[in-house]
Amino acid sequence: MSTRLATGGRLVDRSSDIRFTFNGKSFRGHEGDTLASALLANDQMLVGRSFKYHRPRGVVASGAEEPNALVNLGRDTTHEPNQRATTTELFNGLQATSQNHWPSLDYDIGALNWLFGRFLTAGFYYKTFIHPRPFWKHIYEPFIRQSAGLGRAPDPETRDPDTYEHFYAFVDVVVIGGGVAGLQAAKAAADSGAKVLVMEQTAHWGGRAPVDGGTIDGMAPGGWVNKTVEALEGMENVALRTRSMGAGVYDHGYVLGYERLTDHAPFLKGPRHRLWRIRARQIVTATGAIERPLSFAGNDIPGVMLASAVRDYLVNYGVIAGQRTVVVTNNDDAYRTAIALKQAGLQVPAVIDARQMGGGALMEEAKSLGIRVETGRAIAKVKGGKRVTGVAICAMAGGGAMLEEIKCDAVAMSGGWSPVVHLWSHCGGKLTWDEDHAFFRPDPERAPTSHDGLPFVTVTGSANGEMDLKSVLEDADKAGKSSRKAAGGKPRRFAPPKGESVEEVPLRPVWLMPENAWDDLRMKAWLDYQNDVKVSDVQLAAREGYESVEHTKRYTTLGMATDQGKLSNINGLATLAASLGEEIPQVGTTTFRPPYTPISMGAIAGEARGEIFQPIRKTPIHAWHEKHGAAWEPVGHWRRPYCYPQQGESKHDAVHREVLATRNSLGLLDASTLGKIIVKGPDAGRFLDMLYTNMMSTLKPGRCRYGLMCTENGFLTDDGVVARIDEDTFLCHTTTGGADRIHAHMEEWLQTEWWDWKVYTANATEQFAQIAVVGPNARKLLEKLGGMDVGKDMLPFMAWADGTLAGFPVRVYRISFSGELSYEIAVPANLGRAFWDKIVEAGQEWNITPYGTEALHVMRAEKGFIMIGDETDGTVIPQDLGLHWAISKKKEDYLGKRAQTRSHMADPNRWQLVGLETVDGSVLPDGAYAVAAGKNANGQRNTQGRVTSTYHSPTLGKGIAMGLVHHGPDRMGEIIPFIKDDGETVVEAKIVSPVFFDPEGEKQNV
Amino acid sequence: MSDPVLPLGGAHYEGLADVRETGPQGMIALRGDLSDAGLQEAVTGLTGVPMPDMRGAQVMGESGLLWMSPDELLVLVPYRQAARARAQLAEALQGQHALVENVSDMRAMFRLRGTQVRDVLAKLAPVDFARDALPVGELRRTRFAQVAAGVWLSDDTTAQVFCFRSVAEYMFNLLRTAADPDAFVGFHTG
Repeated sequence: MSTRLATGGRLVDRSSDIRFTFNGKSFRGHEGDTLASALLANDQMLVGRSFKYHRPRGVVASGAEEPNALVNLGRDTTHEPNQRATTTELFNGLQATSQNHWPSLDYDIGALNWLFGRFLTAGFYYKTFIHPRPFWKHIYEPFIRQSAGLGRAPDPETRDPDTYEHFYAFVDVVVIGGGVAGLQAAKAAADSGAKVLVMEQTAHWGGRAPVDGGTIDGMAPGGWVNKTVEALEGMENVALRTRSMGAGVYDHGYVLGYERLTDHAPFLKGPRHRLWRIRARQIVTATGAIERPLSFAGNDIPGVMLASAVRDYLVNYGVIAGQRTVVVTNNDDAYRTAIALKQAGLQVPAVIDARQMGGGALMEEAKSLGIRVETGRAIAKVKGGKRVTGVAICAMAGGGAMLEEIKCDAVAMSGGWSPVVHLWSHCGGKLTWDEDHAFFRPDPERAPTSHDGLPFVTVTGSANGEMDLKSVLEDADKAGKSSRKAAGGKPRRFAPPKGESVEEVPLRPVWLMPENAWDDLRMKAWLDYQNDVKVSDVQLAAREGYESVEHTKRYTTLGMATDQGKLSNINGLATLAASLGEEIPQVGTTTFRPPYTPISMGAIAGEARGEIFQPIRKTPIHAWHEKHGAAWEPVGHWRRPYCYPQQGESKHDAVHREVLATRNSLGLLDASTLGKIIVKGPDAGRFLDMLYTNMMSTLKPGRCRYGLMCTENGFLTDDGVVARIDEDTFLCHTTTGGADRIHAHMEEWLQTEWWDWKVYTANATEQFAQIAVVGPNARKLLEKLGGMDVGKDMLPFMAWADGTLAGFPVRVYRISFSGELSYEIAVPANLGRAFWDKIVEAGQEWNITPYGTEALHVMRAEKGFIMIGDETDGTVIPQDLGLHWAISKKKEDYLGKRAQTRSHMADPNRWQLVGLETVDGSVLPDGAYAVAAGKNANGQRNTQGRVTSTYHSPTLGKGIAMGLVHHGPDRMGEIIPFIKDDGETVVEAKIVSPVFFDPEGEKQNV
Repeated sequence: MSDPVLPLGGAHYEGLADVRETGPQGMIALRGDLSDAGLQEAVTGLTGVPMPDMRGAQVMGESGLLWMSPDELLVLVPYRQAARARAQLAEALQGQHALVENVSDMRAMFRLRGTQVRDVLAKLAPVDFARDALPVGELRRTRFAQVAAGVWLSDDTTAQVFCFRSVAEYMFNLLRTAADPDAFVGFHTG
């Protein structure tokens, strides 16, 4: 059984008492425990079920590479699936549940899948569910979806109660990994003043070194780590962050760091995670190495663990996986586990060493402690179901004939180590196969390069394939100094610390144990624990023709689980290489992509949630709209009132009322969101002549002109009224959504093409609140406010004037988007609300009615005015809309002119704007198509037009619409069929003039 | 006349930094040839501060000059004097190609005070706020989360932030969130 020993555990505080639950059962642990160590201390060996066969799963590793011990953490609003028990620090009240089982962890019906395991091989789904074709969508997929997925997604109705944030950091050198290599690299870089940030994913500095032993400068590694951390802490140019993982490396020295601030102590206030967005001149990855499992039958039974993990649990937490541990290895390092266990007073019945000649000094030390060592031997299979009961021993050479059975309750396995090359590889660092160590290591000749073609990532320590303390420290010192130099500094010439450790003899690469394991053994030799991929699956894939490692990965799902194959990848591709009869480097690795381990969606979102999820732009009058019950419409980032429903009134009724009140008496619109761009300079007129399709340079000061703006491809992009302020100053109104875009458009042309023209622009949109006073009584209202002459002679249609109204400094534009007598009045933004209030008060006698964007749309449609975004969609030119009158024939050029002469643009078959009136008076569906006879090449019905705007007109009491129709203007009075959303129902509509109301413009011209 | 209405009426929050909406601030957008002696004389004479270098913020009380781009200054004057100052500047620059516009109502301004100011800012803007990278008196035009903003440090523990008026509320809520007293970072130390 797994338990906690009476003494030991360098990371736990034995005086503390922490309570937590697992599947509702109460357990106790200590401060400093991980959830995994605490579960093991309570003999909870079984922690989950595998994905496909629902096989019992126990803790296999001690860190980020863990594939099995994934749990649901928290409940209700804090519920989170797929949390790694090995990296979850224990806290009081922690609640965890296991995943992928039903009805319970101990008795899982899905485990029956294993009985059919012989048939559920690689590609089973592809092969089985492909016929008959329609079954996939309607029967197979829904069924498979139901049983798929690890963990339980949070309830969609819950809201994460935690907060998150981002942090932008700029450093000379960022060191990822706080083991001895990372610390030494940081020290070497920082000694001469470089700004260094060190990120360590766990809560502790020093990595594996304190567990693995040896000495540094004559000190135990732990002592050296403390001393070095203390020194770094004392340096102003160094920042140290624990619980912070380097998640990804990107172009140009960009690094994402993932800091977990309160996961270990949820009672703390403040953000839960912080996403570090780091820009570094140089990156040092000191990410260590991960031990590989060995592939033998039953290597997935709870109690079979990595040898390094067994050692970690013993030394760090005083926890053991079993009382009798058999160690199985192909290298010297695993002997450290045997020795540590023996020295802790535990039984090690045997070390099974696959190497014929065994190991070196560490083996001798184990032998001298009385440990039995069997060389040239292998595990044929592990006995047991939900936990290990023994191992069958066989010769390494051969198929697995049992020589002996050894009783044990734990197996510590080691297939050698693989450098963690992920971060090196994220941005293009290449690998090379190291024959002696049987691992891929970074190729320093092919580092990730930056804008200057020079390397910006240095990898060091075990991550660089340096496996003994001496070379790790020397390499780290070198990496620190070289990165300092590459970051533009001069490193100091301190000597590296001196590491000493026991010398090791080479390992023997073992990808299958025993060498020629029989079929039934290979079918139980796991490569990927989480996704249930076995040696036999990869071999089958190879037989079926999967030669590329990327294809094999997807076919077998090897390495596609939430652990992304940290344990399984190398074993899997070595198995594939062996099956294909190729060398491992020829087969290569799959692609390493960020993040290194999953990061929370909350961290990615950062502060953007709730009221700051997105900026909402508010006009100076916004609060008034809010108070008066506006129904909102998002326009860009603005919120504009769509209408103002009164008590019990529907939106439709409100729009109806607003339109009629405006047409009959007086309406009021907050038009502050319209863009207002000032264009000034001796060449301003010439510039606007190029920007607009019509002539602006002839506009007289004091007057306004409506203009169209096209892209250089000829398509209509914006419209608005231009006012000439003085000889060389214009104010260009743009659409609400167009303000920033058109300002940028202007600047682009001025800065890239017409850089020698004397024109300046300024986007003054937010300087002013702009209020439209609209309706037959508009002039009376302004006269009542008093202060300036707004009469027909002084301020005719399409003129503007500065003055005061009711004491407010104003600029009044007599322009109309409704066809009514209308004034748009600009006041400085800070006075916007007060001026609005004044108008509302003064307008009571005419029943002044604020109206929203929908009433605005209806009124402009009644007048046949186009709307950018309705009548235009990026494919429409002004000529399509019958706007020839706004296109200057005299001008030599304007943006879009050349494009508009091209054959497709000048084609008389382009659909043209017309008005549409349904025969029955109903409202045409928005976007509906008018069908024509026959079908096109794709078997779709031919079309002859479509609806661009459609409304119920309160003024006319019927549905009105605008649309683009083939030869439309020539077909006045013709009735054409439009099709409703159902694709069948026909609505007949008559082609009419798009100007439905007051075609002579008498109302606006009074 | 009554006091000018601030976008948020002078909102205030105290956390890792003391966040306060400031203003009103007279602002005149000036585009022109910044190397022109006449222009330099006009703006320095008007504000009483020296001409700023590239990215410089020369500010004394309510007057100052912010370098916005190679051909743009934001001239700070007391709010009540903005209209007159605009006219004066336009007059002084007559005959040369320049744009002078009173934009005193276009923006919202915030002042952040406290030892943690640089850390608070670094949560929102992709800017190196280290002392040597953004020294006192250097203006940075950037973004704060999702909106455009400008920022400079007027002394070692005081930052001035400005943004467009329509997003004043968003900006204040951002600053308030970043200044949560429980969200200490400790990166820009000392």
